[in-house]
Amino acid sequence: MPYMDYAAGCPIDERVVEAMVPYFKEPGNPSSVHSVGLKARNAVEEARQKVAELINANADEVIFTSGATESNNLAIIGYAMRNASKGKHIVTTAIEHISIINVCKYLQKNGFEVTYIPVDRYGIVSVDSIEEAIRDDTILVSVQHASSEIGTIQEIERIGEVVKSKNAAFHVDATASLGKIEVDVEKMNADLVTLSSNDIYGPRGVGGLYIRKGVKIQPIMLGGGQEFGLRGGTENVAGIVGFGKAAEIAKQEWRSEAERLAKMRDKMIDGILKAVEESYLNGHPEKRLPNNIAVRFNYVEGESILLSLDMEDIQASTGSACTSKTLQPSHVLMALGLKHEEAHGSVLFTLGRYSKEEDVDYVLEKLPGIVERLRMMSPLYRRR
Amino acid sequence: MGVYSEKVMEHFRNPRNVGVIEDADGVGTVGNPVCGDLMTMYIKVEDDRIVDIKFQTFGCGAAIATSSMATELAKGKTLEEALKITRQTVAEALGGLPAPKMHCSNLAADALRRAIVDYLRKKGDFDRIKQLGLEKELEKMEKGEEEEDHEHGEVCEA
Ligand code: FES
Repeated sequence: MPYMDYAAGCPIDERVVEAMVPYFKEPGNPSSVHSVGLKARNAVEEARQKVAELINANADEVIFTSGATESNNLAIIGYAMRNASKGKHIVTTAIEHISIINVCKYLQKNGFEVTYIPVDRYGIVSVDSIEEAIRDDTILVSVQHASSEIGTIQEIERIGEVVKSKNAAFHVDATASLGKIEVDVEKMNADLVTLSSNDIYGPRGVGGLYIRKGVKIQPIMLGGGQEFGLRGGTENVAGIVGFGKAAEIAKQEWRSEAERLAKMRDKMIDGILKAVEESYLNGHPEKRLPNNIAVRFNYVEGESILLSLDMEDIQASTGSACTSKTLQPSHVLMALGLKHEEAHGSVLFTLGRYSKEEDVDYVLEKLPGIVERLRMMSPLYRRR
Repeated sequence: MGVYSEKVMEHFRNPRNVGVIEDADGVGTVGNPVCGDLMTMYIKVEDDRIVDIKFQTFGCGAAIATSSMATELAKGKTLEEALKITRQTVAEALGGLPAPKMHCSNLAADALRRAIVDYLRKKGDFDRIKQLGLEKELEKMEKGEEEEDHEHGEVCEA
């Protein structure tokens, strides 16, 4: 069963589950003063240390949230609200995750101005255009490290330098890159970094936000002062422990895993582009996540490809799960300058820790026939 | 994939009446402005009855399954009977469709309607077009409009 939808959801590593189990059962609230509470507190702090080590940060610069979407909300809304007196302009890109785009729209309705930088046809944001967009009243620049949907990796370190030189704060959404390529908050010059647990084989429902020492944000979840007063609510202890364990494993294994996955990725991309005529790669051919195979096929529609793949027990995606609700082509694909029907023919395969070489072979065997069958049904194919 | 009924999946797996009728008596094409998908329906008519019908679809699973179901429902019907096929009839025959996918079944019903108008127009039977209340459809087709207005699915923009 080739599961190739790791970007939508990763299985939880067995080692992570094991580490979590004791904390599911025990009552400990990290805020309690008794010994059971203390044990939970220690477990949370240990996890914080591990997540910090993965990104080259200090433990007291990491807070836990309910996931990447909350982290993106907290980073942008929290920073904008707290620093509005310095300015009300934010710079981001056209290919951010929908949570960033929607947070920016929300701020626009609340007195902020947002500039969305376009990308080139490979999904690269030019460093110069970021520099040009930053004004005197720009307080925050938010750029994703890499795109889960098209695989493209941004020149994040150079962007970070530019943002720093202009005295704005820099938020990086590292949801898709963490555990797959190097994420180093120092090299990136980042002030805020969004981290997801499930994307590194940790449990769902947990995430993190890196906040550089001295950077001020306002909480958006008010409560009893947990997480340095930045995120109220009793900690999800088992989840946090799992995230910590996942970070520890990622730190040890990401390099070798990236190498292994990149080989499979290249084999699969080459194989598809050779076997299916009028098929194309979405995203950048080299500056690319090691697990990402984003392709498109003319004359056929993505969902019908997914259903056909699923009939062969292959799980893939059209990109963002949101798209399947709106039926609109994804804003990321449209930002590449694709035509409506080109964007519609896109399919995303994402590999992961449990992907095997045979899976790639199996997909390469099945996919050409699937596309062919659907093309025979397509009025566009005939109209050529 | 869990979103569709077994019946929808069955028609998706084995769509009936896929293809082109080269010497069709009527051809109807509709585009879906919500999602950009496209469908063409071909009919052969004898004694006011649809004796053969084929379709081609560029679209999602629901679009393919509803096209298939619509052709099955329409085959052997008189024109008048065939015009009673709506998106509801098709969706019901398929055991329902997920809410954001209801608009997909418009494609099939509309393409069929247009194929019938095309047949009558080619015959020069404009009285019949009027009698069946299809003038509006004809007008749109003459203007070369492929697109119909449809209700939009759920939109996730804030
Ligand atoms: S017909 Fe386009 S999404 Fe169904």
